Amino acid sequence: MPPHVTVTDELEILGAHGGAKPPAGSGGGGGDDSRSSGSSGAFPQRIYVTGITIAMGAIFMFFMALVSAFIVRKGLGGDWFPFTMPRILWLDTAILLASSGTLIHARRLFKRGDRQGFRHWWAVTTLLGLLFLIGQLVAWRQMVAAGFYLASNASNSFFYVLTAAHGLHLLGGIAALLFVGWGRLRKMTLATGTEIVSYYWHFLDGLWVFLFLLLLLGR
Amino acid sequence: MSAHASPIHHSEAPKGWIRHYIFSFDHKIIGTQYILLGLSAVTIGLILSLIFRTHLVWPDAHIWGFANGIVSPEDYLRLITMHGTLMVFFVLTTVPQSGFGNYFLPIQIGAPDMAFPTLNMLSFWTTLLALLVLLSSAFVPGGSAIGGWTAYAPLSAVGQIAGPGQGLGETLWVVSIALFCGGSLMSAINFLGTTIDLRTKGLSLMRMPLTVWGWFITACLALLAFGVLLAACILLLLDRLAQTSFFIPGNLDVSGVVLHHSGGSPLLWQHLFWFFGHPEVYIAILPAMGIISHVLSTFSRKPVFGYKAMVYSLTAIGFLSFAVWGHHMFISGMNPYSALAFSIITLVIGVPSAIKTFNWLGTLWGGKIHFTTAMLFAIGFVSLFVTGGLSGIFLAQPALDLYLHATYYVIGHFHLIMGVAAIFAMFAATYYWFPKMFGRMMNEGLGKLHFWITFIGVYCIFMPMHYLGYAGDARRYSSIESVNYMIPLHPVHFFITISAFVTAGAQLIFYFNFFWSMGHGKPAERNPWHATTLEWAVSTPVPHDNFAGDYPVIYRGPYEYSVPGAADDYIPQHLAPEQVAKAG
Ligand code: HEM
Ligand SMILES: [Cu+2]
Repeated sequence: MPPHVTVTDELEILGAHGGAKPPAGSGGGGGDDSRSSGSSGAFPQRIYVTGITIAMGAIFMFFMALVSAFIVRKGLGGDWFPFTMPRILWLDTAILLASSGTLIHARRLFKRGDRQGFRHWWAVTTLLGLLFLIGQLVAWRQMVAAGFYLASNASNSFFYVLTAAHGLHLLGGIAALLFVGWGRLRKMTLATGTEIVSYYWHFLDGLWVFLFLLLLLGR
Repeated sequence: MSAHASPIHHSEAPKGWIRHYIFSFDHKIIGTQYILLGLSAVTIGLILSLIFRTHLVWPDAHIWGFANGIVSPEDYLRLITMHGTLMVFFVLTTVPQSGFGNYFLPIQIGAPDMAFPTLNMLSFWTTLLALLVLLSSAFVPGGSAIGGWTAYAPLSAVGQIAGPGQGLGETLWVVSIALFCGGSLMSAINFLGTTIDLRTKGLSLMRMPLTVWGWFITACLALLAFGVLLAACILLLLDRLAQTSFFIPGNLDVSGVVLHHSGGSPLLWQHLFWFFGHPEVYIAILPAMGIISHVLSTFSRKPVFGYKAMVYSLTAIGFLSFAVWGHHMFISGMNPYSALAFSIITLVIGVPSAIKTFNWLGTLWGGKIHFTTAMLFAIGFVSLFVTGGLSGIFLAQPALDLYLHATYYVIGHFHLIMGVAAIFAMFAATYYWFPKMFGRMMNEGLGKLHFWITFIGVYCIFMPMHYLGYAGDARRYSSIESVNYMIPLHPVHFFITISAFVTAGAQLIFYFNFFWSMGHGKPAERNPWHATTLEWAVSTPVPHDNFAGDYPVIYRGPYEYSVPGAADDYIPQHLAPEQVAKAG
C-alpha cells in the first residue's frame, strides 16, 4: 500500500453512518462503544445498529398500512360499532412502559460494568414483557367474553389484528432479550446486543402506546 | 493494488457440495440461485403467455393439459393471473435486484459479502417457497387463482363463489405473495445495511457505481412498500378465511348469492395494493436503470453524462413513486381534485425520468461506441423506456385514462416500459457480467441475432396493442369474437400472436448461448471490457471472500473513461494515482 495517499473523502466514508470516528479504533471490543469498529479487526458492530434501524422502518410501514386501513374503514361509517375496551389494557400498557424503564436501567448498569445488576434487570424486563403478552391474551378473553369476536364488526377485527401483529413483534423482542441475555452471541458483542434489543423494545413500546390510543379513541 | 485489512472476519469457504451450492451463505451463490429462480419463472410465464395468445386467435386449438383440450374463459384468466404474478414478482422484482444485485453489489463496494449472510440465505429460501406455493396452486381443486395479478377485491375476498380458482387457489396466491413480501423485506434490509456500512475505504457515496445506487434506492422502496402489501395480504386472508369484512361490502350479491358481510371497502384494497404497486414498478426498473447507465458508459468509453444528476433523479423517482398510486384508480370514482393531484405528480415523475433519458443519450453522444451485445440491449432499453414512458404520459391524464383504462393500451404501456425494458436490462447484465460469473464469454454472434429478433419482435408485439387500446379492445377478455366491435381487430391480434411466437423462439438462442457458453465459451480475461469498477479488479472466478483479504482502496469515481493524459482509455477505481500510466 502506498503510504498515506490522501483520499479526500475518506472521512466521509467512515462517518457515513452516524458520527465520524477516526479509523484508529481497534473496535467492537467490550464496553459500550459498539460503533468504534474502524476498518480493522473485529466485525463492524455498527451494521447491527443499521440493520435494526432499517428493520424498524419496515415494521413501521407495515403498521402504518394497518392504521390507515383502520382510519379509512372507520371513515366509511355506517356499520362501525365501538367495542368496550378491555380494562386490563390499562394495566398492560403500564407494564410495558415499566419494562422500558427497567431496560434503560439494565443498560445503564451494563455500561457501568455491573454485570450482575444488568442480568438482574434484564431478566425483570423479559418477565415484564411476558407479563404484557399474557395480559394481551387476557384482554382477548375479555373481548370474547363480552361477545366481541374477530368477525363481529370491523372495529373488533382491527382490535384483534393490531394487537396480534404487535404481540407477534413483541414475542420476537422477548426472544431477542432471551438470546442476548443468555444465548451465545457469535459475531455480535454483548454491548451491541443490548443496544439493538433496547432500540427495538422501546420502538415496540412506543408503537403500543400509539396503537392503544388509536384503539381507545378511534374504536 | 492498495489494500487495507478486512472490515469483516472472512470466513472459510464451506466444504461439501450442499453447503456450497444449496444452503449457501455466499452472496454470489445466492445471487445465482435467484437468477436461476427467475429464469425458471420467466420460462413458465412465457409459455403461459404463448398459450393464452394462441387461445385468443385460435379459440378451438387443442392445448394439452386443459379439459377437453380447450382453454375455458376461467382458464384464460388463470393463465394471465399466473403470467402476471410470475413475471412481476418472481422475475422483474427478483432478478435485477436480488439476482444481479446480490452477486455484484458486495464486489462493487469492496465488501466480502452481504452484511447479513444468514438473512440473505433466508430471504432466498422464503422467495423460493413463495414460488412453490404459487405453482402448487395449479394442482389444487378449482385450480389456480383467476383474480389477476392485482387481486382486486371483492372477488378476491369472497372465495369459491367468485369462480373456480378463487377458493384454495386464490388463498395460495395470497399466501405466496405474503411470503414473497417477507423475503423481499429481508433482502431489502440486507442491501441497505451492506451499502451503508460495508463500503471499502475511499468509496464515498458519490463514487458508487450507478448500479449500486440503483440497488440502494430500490431497496429503500422495497423496504417501505412490501410491508404495506404484507399488511394488505393479511387483511385479505382474514376476509377469506375468518369472515371479516375489510374489503367486502355489505349485502354483496355474487352470482345471485347475497353474502353476509357488512360494509367493507373494495377500494381500500386498491389503495393498499397500488400504494405498494406503483413503487413496485419502480422496484422493477431502478436496478435496470443502474445497470444500463453502467453498460452504456463502459461501451461508449465515456463517463456517465451527469453522474450527479443521475443519482438525484434516481432518488427523486424513488421519493415521488410513493405519491402517484392514484393514477391506477382514476376510474374508481375518486374525487376529480384527487385525480388532478395524482395526475400532476405523475407528470412530475416524468421530469427525472426525462433527465435520465437525456443523460443516457448524452453518454452515448460522441462516444467511441462498441456495439457489443450488452451495449445493444442497453440502447434497446433506452428506446423502450422512451416509447413506454410516452404512453404513460397519456395514461396520466384522467380524462384520457377513463377511456384507455383496462384496455390493451395499458398492456402495451407497461409491457414496453416494465416488462420488456427491464428484461432488456437483464439481458444487458447477463451479456456484460457473464465473463465474470462463469469465466467465459458468451457468443457475440448469437447474442446479436438474439438482440435483433427480440428488439424487433417486442415492438411488433406491443406497439399494435396501443392501437387495439384506442379501438377500445378490453384487456382480460378471453375471446375477441364475442364482442362485435372487436371482430375487425382480429388481424391485429393474429399479428401479435405470430410475433410473440417468433420472439419467444428467439429466446431459445439465448438459452442455448447461456448454457453452452458456460462450458464452451471463449475463456474470459479478468477484465474483458476494460471497465473501471471493482468487479473487474478481482480475479475470475471471484474468490470466496471476493478480495481474499486484500481489500481495495478507492481513489476516484466509477466511470473514468477516456481521461485526457492517461495511457489507457479507462482508469480503474482502485488504482492509486501514481500507478496510473501517463500517455506518451
Ligand atoms: C413517465 C412515466 C410513467 C407514467 C406517466 C405512467 C403512467 C401510468 C398510468 C397513468 C397507468 C395507469 C393506467 C391504467 O390502468 O389506466 C400506468 C399503468 C402501469 N404502469 Fe406506468 N407510467 C410511467 C412509467 C412506468 C414505469 C417506469 C413502469 C415500470 C417499470 C410502469 C409500469 C406500469 C404498470 C405495470 C402499469 C399497469 C398495471 C396494471 O394495471 O396491471 N409505468 N402507468
Ligand atoms: Cu403507477
